[in-house]
Amino acid sequence: MIRKIILLAFTVASSLIFIFQLMALQLFNSDYSERSLNNAIEKRPIYPTRGLIFDRNGTLWVANKPVYDLMVVPENLNLFDTLELISGLNISKEKLINQIKNAENFSRKLPSVVIRQLSMTEAAKLQEKMWKFPGFYFQKKTTRDYILPIGSNVLGYTSESNEYEIKPSSYRLSQIEKTKLIEVNKVINDNYYSYSSEEKDSLNKINSNSELTYPPINELLENYDLGEMIGRQGIEKTYEKKLRGRKGIEFFQKDRFNRIIGPYDEGKFDLVPKAPENLTLTIDAILQGYGESLMINKRGGIVAIEPQSGEVLALVTAPSYNPNILVGRNRSKHFNKLVKDTIAKPLFDRSLQAEYSPGSPFKTLNALIGLQEKVITSETVFECNKGHFYAKGAFMGCHNPAGTKSDLIKGIYNSCNTYFAKTFVRIINSQSSPAEGVDLWRKHLEKFGLGDFLGYDLPIGKRGFIPSSNYYDNWYPKGSWGPTTLVSNSIGQGEILTTPIQMANFTATIANRGFFRKPHFKKINSKKINDSIYPKNKTLIDAKHFETVIEGMYQVVEKGTARAAKINGIKVCGKTGTVENFIRLNDKKTQLTDHSIFVAFAPKDDPKIAIAVFIENGYWGGRWAAPIASLMIEKYLTGEIKRNWLENKMLKGSLMAEYEKPFSGKPFTIND
Amino acid sequence: MTNNILSRLDWLSLIIYFLLIIFGITNIYSTTLSEVTVSLFELNSPAGKQFWIFIFSLIFLPIILFINSSFFDHLSLIFYILSILSLLGLFVFGQKISGATSWYLIGNFSLQPSEFAKITTALLVASNLSSIQFDIKKMPSISKIFLIIGIPTVLVIFQPDAGSALVFSSLFFVLLREGMDMKTLYFGIGLISIFILTLIFDPLILTIAFFIIMIMIYRIILNYYPKTKKSPFIIVLGISILFSFSVDYIFNSVFEQRHRDRFNVILGLENDTQGIGYNINQSKIAIGSGGFSGKGFLNGTQTKGGFVPEQHTDYIFSTVGEEWGFLGSSGLIILFTILILRIIYRAEKHMLPFPRVFSYCFASMLFIHFFINIGMTLGLVPTVGIPLPFISYGGTNLMAFSLMLFIYLNLDANRLH
Repeated sequence: MIRKIILLAFTVASSLIFIFQLMALQLFNSDYSERSLNNAIEKRPIYPTRGLIFDRNGTLWVANKPVYDLMVVPENLNLFDTLELISGLNISKEKLINQIKNAENFSRKLPSVVIRQLSMTEAAKLQEKMWKFPGFYFQKKTTRDYILPIGSNVLGYTSESNEYEIKPSSYRLSQIEKTKLIEVNKVINDNYYSYSSEEKDSLNKINSNSELTYPPINELLENYDLGEMIGRQGIEKTYEKKLRGRKGIEFFQKDRFNRIIGPYDEGKFDLVPKAPENLTLTIDAILQGYGESLMINKRGGIVAIEPQSGEVLALVTAPSYNPNILVGRNRSKHFNKLVKDTIAKPLFDRSLQAEYSPGSPFKTLNALIGLQEKVITSETVFECNKGHFYAKGAFMGCHNPAGTKSDLIKGIYNSCNTYFAKTFVRIINSQSSPAEGVDLWRKHLEKFGLGDFLGYDLPIGKRGFIPSSNYYDNWYPKGSWGPTTLVSNSIGQGEILTTPIQMANFTATIANRGFFRKPHFKKINSKKINDSIYPKNKTLIDAKHFETVIEGMYQVVEKGTARAAKINGIKVCGKTGTVENFIRLNDKKTQLTDHSIFVAFAPKDDPKIAIAVFIENGYWGGRWAAPIASLMIEKYLTGEIKRNWLENKMLKGSLMAEYEKPFSGKPFTIND
Repeated sequence: MTNNILSRLDWLSLIIYFLLIIFGITNIYSTTLSEVTVSLFELNSPAGKQFWIFIFSLIFLPIILFINSSFFDHLSLIFYILSILSLLGLFVFGQKISGATSWYLIGNFSLQPSEFAKITTALLVASNLSSIQFDIKKMPSISKIFLIIGIPTVLVIFQPDAGSALVFSSLFFVLLREGMDMKTLYFGIGLISIFILTLIFDPLILTIAFFIIMIMIYRIILNYYPKTKKSPFIIVLGISILFSFSVDYIFNSVFEQRHRDRFNVILGLENDTQGIGYNINQSKIAIGSGGFSGKGFLNGTQTKGGFVPEQHTDYIFSTVGEEWGFLGSSGLIILFTILILRIIYRAEKHMLPFPRVFSYCFASMLFIHFFINIGMTLGLVPTVGIPLPFISYGGTNLMAFSLMLFIYLNLDANRLH
């Protein structure tokens, strides 16, 4: 009878339907378990504090300091005195109210940032009154603290990552994509990071637990999160991976308001962060700081290298800035100011990026090439009559009086243009064609690291320029150029361009009598390892030829153009330079006061420091560059300065008036 | 025939009852677990409360079992009147909890008289249907039964508690079983279909569709029975169209938005996972994430996160689905099915109408709870607040269904006395 089975049929039918629905939900639809993961488990990264940076003597240079973000949970807000909250915080009432509104729009239950990066003192002042402001609290973060406010060009800076740098997380992938990612993950796990075996185990566990694979753990560890600190420039950028350390991950159980209610599965899957490495730099902080103070009110660069190891002792650019201004709440304000200064260009590292004509120091290289190619000997004598005709009707001037007869050493210490012009012409003519001559000359120069980025461990630099025969072939119809066309290069003018670090590097090469090691900034404590990582780059010039040139450079300081650089008790070898330079002013090529250059190394027989100093528009080499270089050498080698009068003169000397000349709008004189 | 009632007891139903309750308390414990959760038997925690109410209910097991079965028949009217009075009393002394005035507050406990009204209504319906004067084919008898069911139904609708009202209407099954005209069943199914169709389609389109369908059916029947009259078809068509339009009117003009939303979400007319569909969506996520064998006791992330609202009461099945997986949840469904079928099976064995009707009432009520509760948790039935008997947290419901089961056991054991 049908009446008896109605309820029975309904019961059986509905339980069958329920079981089918359960099968559909639980067995044949993985979408739901993903969504469960998505809304119930939060993976939260733990950031290790950035690595510390020390100078070569172990002085702490860069550390970290806490800053405090003022956070708000709108739900917990009560009426409060806005003016009292912002007193002493340098933020307007409108901005505060606006921020709170934004926070409310974002979420009433989740915290949002109201004011970023308050200093410890600002936060401490407010902390006392915090009971008056329910709903607000502080969240601690760390930023860089430059204990020694120097070397901003070396260190670079950090800033928070922006939304373009963070990759979208890979939720909601297709099944095929997922399988691929698991494979990739495995490979990455095994090779990419230097995990300990325990960590690998833990990672594999996570990967095998299908619930926790997305986004892939490695991606999560490597990706930047919004607001995480990234090294932007300098050492901070080069050694970003080391200084950043490796993020850890904590897994949290969330509730339906997205609030965290406790660790997920008792923290079984958590990954501890890996502390970053601390860095020791090759820079001598005292020398660096001293160099920066000598460069006040001047523009240019100083590069000091330890010749034997290639370690950079100081890298000064002027003008520069205090690295501490690019930290904290006013970072962008200060940064904009630096970027917008297109005249002094404080963010432009002149020691690495400025390509200048090398001037007279370049004569030492031409002398070495001449000796090696046997076009001159140390006894070769050239006569100079305030210069010479290097071609018909073409005269190159020289400051030496008429009738001066110079051998090579005298030619160097008197910086005789005629001597090196003639040497250069001989070098070019030593081969069967000028093209071959130029290329031979170029090959020698390249062995000194010229025309090359040098491969040091900072992210910026310039190549400089050493012309080749091709270059001239492009400019002049083939064969129509000869040694006299390029004779300016003999005295470091003309087409060639070098950066200050290249000049310091070739000086170090001379000091080493024929080799250099790549300049670098990260100190390697073992000399053996250092020498194996940075092998000798040998020049094509025999060691004996260097002694002649070095003797000439010694005489430069003893009785030549750089007597101001003489230091009692230390044999300094150097070479001055005075570089003509031009700018385009109102669409007219305008000559400005010469650049003042000096390269040097000391002591003569056991060089500990090689240095290049470049002072823009400082006029002749002995005027600014040589004294500054000699003070740097004295400071580094003896630790104190005996020539206080010279030090005072250099510290107080200013070239600001010189720099303002082209922008004054009035006619001006140069080299006075 | 033995005199020992224990040997005549329906042990299968009793064992399923115990299993369901233990499983229920386990899941309530998991759902309400927090950092400061006290012991399982603490009266402050829902699981503990449920446990002690279970123990308290057990006190009634021997008492009810040893009462003479005719007692329930004779006193059914008094019980009924008392529970109707308690329902009426709610309008004066009742406590409003989440929008419905369904509770009396007595100290720490809240009492829901509508749960007891389920027993007393079942008893009175059974008593009436079993009386000699009763003839289900006659209007006065039918009217009386409808009145008995109608009074508590109307009273709970005014609380408002749509869920309990549906439970009373489940007695429809009993009336059908006892010989009510089958046409009422077809009529009922027809109305429900038209109701749902009206929500999905425009009444005008439906009218045209009805016309076409009716003409086709009439033509087909005409082939076999050439003498078929047109008038019944016209009447059915008229009622259908009228009903369709009136549903449309009621739905759009009388219902509040929240009611409309619930239907719309179920019928897939709206896909709103954050608003009204949130409960269902979260419940489905929790169940779906359980997979085949579940995440394990106390390990449900959705349960721990409290994503599913009312999870320890109406949505308890989502915890079962998440933590015990397909195995646990289909097991629970099968257990319920066995219990209901068992009760129907035993009911049919009764010679006397009173125990049969009462058992049938019990089975119908269990079914409607089971159907609506699990159906809504799985997203198949519109959201109606109604607990899953023996599993959901809720003292009065547990008490009432336990008592009903005990009465069933008594009647069943004393079949031949």
